[in-house]
Amino acid sequence: MSDETHDAVHRHEPPKGFIRKYIFSLDHKVIGIQYIMLALAAVVVGMLMSLLMRLNLSWPGTNWPILGTLFPTGAPGGVMNPEFYLSLVTMHGTMMVFFVLTTAPQGGFGNYFLPIQIGAEDMAFPVLNMMSFWITFVGFVVLMSAIIFAGGWTPSTATVGPIGGWTGYAPLSALGQIAGPGQGMGMNLWIISIAIFCVGSLLGALNFITTLLNMRTRGMSLMRMPLTCWAWFTTAVLALLSFPVLLGGGILLLLDRLAGTSFFIPGGLYVNGLLSGVDARFPLHTGGSPILWQHLFWFFGHPEVYIAILPGMGATSHILATFARKPIFGYRAMVFAIFAIGLLGFFVWGHHMFISGMSPYSAVAFSILTLSIGVPSAVKTFNWLGTLWGARIRFTTPMLFAIGFVSLFVAGGISGLILGQTSLDLTSHDTYIVLGHFHLVMGVASIFGMFAATYFWFPKMFGRLMNESLGKFHFWITFVGVYCIFIPMHVMGLVGMPRRYSSFTEYDFLKQLHPLVMFVSIAAIITIAVQFVFYFNLFWSIFRGKKANENPWEATTLEWNTTSPPPHDNFAGVIPTVYRGPYEFAVPGAPNDFMMQTDSGAEVTSGNGGNGHKH
Amino acid sequence: MGRALAVIIWILTLLTVILFVSKKWWFPPAISAHAPAVDRQFMITIVVVGIAFSAAQIGLGWMVWKYRETGARDRALYTHGSNRLEMVWTVITAIIFIALAVMGQSAWASLRLHDAPPGSYAVEVVAQQFQWNFHYPGKDGVFGKTDPKLIDDSTLNYVGLDETDPNAKDDSVTTALAIPVNRPVELRLRSKDVIHSFWVPPLRFKQDLVPGMEIKVHFTATRVGKYELACAELCGQLHFKMKSYMLVLPDDELRALTALPQEQFQARMGELLAKYQLPSTY
Repeated sequence: MSDETHDAVHRHEPPKGFIRKYIFSLDHKVIGIQYIMLALAAVVVGMLMSLLMRLNLSWPGTNWPILGTLFPTGAPGGVMNPEFYLSLVTMHGTMMVFFVLTTAPQGGFGNYFLPIQIGAEDMAFPVLNMMSFWITFVGFVVLMSAIIFAGGWTPSTATVGPIGGWTGYAPLSALGQIAGPGQGMGMNLWIISIAIFCVGSLLGALNFITTLLNMRTRGMSLMRMPLTCWAWFTTAVLALLSFPVLLGGGILLLLDRLAGTSFFIPGGLYVNGLLSGVDARFPLHTGGSPILWQHLFWFFGHPEVYIAILPGMGATSHILATFARKPIFGYRAMVFAIFAIGLLGFFVWGHHMFISGMSPYSAVAFSILTLSIGVPSAVKTFNWLGTLWGARIRFTTPMLFAIGFVSLFVAGGISGLILGQTSLDLTSHDTYIVLGHFHLVMGVASIFGMFAATYFWFPKMFGRLMNESLGKFHFWITFVGVYCIFIPMHVMGLVGMPRRYSSFTEYDFLKQLHPLVMFVSIAAIITIAVQFVFYFNLFWSIFRGKKANENPWEATTLEWNTTSPPPHDNFAGVIPTVYRGPYEFAVPGAPNDFMMQTDSGAEVTSGNGGNGHKH
Repeated sequence: MGRALAVIIWILTLLTVILFVSKKWWFPPAISAHAPAVDRQFMITIVVVGIAFSAAQIGLGWMVWKYRETGARDRALYTHGSNRLEMVWTVITAIIFIALAVMGQSAWASLRLHDAPPGSYAVEVVAQQFQWNFHYPGKDGVFGKTDPKLIDDSTLNYVGLDETDPNAKDDSVTTALAIPVNRPVELRLRSKDVIHSFWVPPLRFKQDLVPGMEIKVHFTATRVGKYELACAELCGQLHFKMKSYMLVLPDDELRALTALPQEQFQARMGELLAKYQLPSTY
């Protein structure tokens, strides 16, 4: 499309009032920052919940007076009770998966940088974009209310927050209060929150896909896009196809709870002394399938794992190439690997269900498909190593986190080879090895991708650099810390330690693990404490950081072609034209060791980044 | 900075490998016929995983060490990759990973793709929130009828046994599991309320119990003793306490136990639970 039509259709003037500028903004950059702020708030909540869980596991029965004041029902007299612990498990998972790992990487950085990196002035549908953030925000408020209103600040009626785990398996999540504490209003709010979140994510996904396909600037062919754009695009496609399934499942679950339907509740249940249909407290249910919920949930839930990590992979590729001062190794292979991961991601959900009562034959198929998805993951790792080979690495803080991402992605992802095998799942299912695996790979690796992205793009977003010394301190402790937290969980799983136990004191076979439990808790406390250094650095640097110029990292892509921060329409009315691939570093004969995508540089014959064989 | 990062990566890799190789915390000794196959497959997999993990981390550390910017004015290598390398590593990893997946099916197939052999010792398992119930058919080997309508926890009829059924006369229901050694066992798994999961670590065996379904599974225990039985699927408030024991008994001892009428069965079960100790390897 030509610049003229581009301008005519999409140009809008900067808004004047505070509310249109910062609250109900249509500017993708403001919305991106709003998403990041939401994630920064949610991650503190989720992290403090994990801290409480570790305290409870390592020092069971201890009196924490402040908890007694804050949560009179969950921690009466300051001692956490089992249902409080389980509500922490549930809320921690939900908060982290939905409001951190799905918002910051995609809604946050994707929103801010996808339009700029493809040379667009905004998203295709700015109003939709604003709505998707505010709908997500409402989802966050509803989820918080599941803790606050149902979680113990109104002692007369309080139970605790929902206790179904982030997976909310039916019928525990479907039966209501007869199934015990944590199954009342908190569970309704939990489901409603997730349903709202699904709607917000769908609107965002539509916007990302349309923007990327229609609004690339002149010369920005698909194979000249930064790998971040490929990752955000694939993530949006995954979200578009998977969130509706969760939304549907959530609505059915809510109907089971509130309207007396039986989608997930079979007949003949006898719960807590009551037979279904005999007493008004437990109305008649018949014909539902608990396994149906698991299929619906994991059909969403497995692609969700890739929704969380693909943007981190994109950011890592982008940042590795920049600070390696080298083109990305195997650009085309990287694109195919992202696609392969996205596609295969839809055919492996059954590996969460090997022992669920599903057909053991389908388990065989899911198992083989699951290990196949390791292939594109390995290809990405090889290409990251290839990118570093022969590099001239600059060890900035974003680069450290990007290298950390590669290390953690390998460490966390590789145990998928164990968990994906049907025979080995007989022992490993629902034990701590699963916790170690997915926390490292979808939790910590993704977050490292986001730390890298934050340190990297901060100067573009705020016109100032974050403090490098604090950033490096943050990296060293966090990198060692997360290994110390999550690697020992793998061997706890081998011993057989089950997940979601509020106490390990009941079982003899778990006693030997006590030193490891303590070690993990201490590592967690230190690692959590260090995150506040990051927060300090972030907010301090917004106001006091060293001023950044347009292109402080000597990078090549379009976001570094505009002021820091960019003007309202991103390029001050001068839409850039793209002449080359995204990672043209160290081009022989070029005046600098980097060539911007806008650099026409006719005298240099360089590759376009798309031809894997080109030297 | 580059060298420090490389050293840290290598140290973390080494400590991780030591944690696994030392086997200080490891699987409990196996007590089932299928367990050696599971353990063998695990060892093959962990060796592949260990080599791949170490190679990738050592390689990453080496790149970081070797290719740090030294201040020299020369540039990085200008290359966009190599299609041949992409082919090589794609094909090699695909072969290794898919081979692992296929090998990983054999123990699963022997357990799950076949019915229990004829003559298996059958027990009905009925889970409920925070309690395991085991229903034994008694001397006649035939289970009395059960019906959810007859379940009444207050009269201790936890499984809804129909006392009017003649086959139910010699049946027993207890909260601990007793099975024979070296003879195939078939468990018929049901749940009264929410999903639970049957988990005995030394058995290398886990299976969910799903309300509305009867799931039949089988295995053969090979070592006499008493083992802890845990619930492995979140089932509510006291999930962490949903504990029982599995007794693996010599055939004559089990035969004597199952011949007893219900009240004596309970008492004898209590004696056996006291007689056997948990494995000392804990």
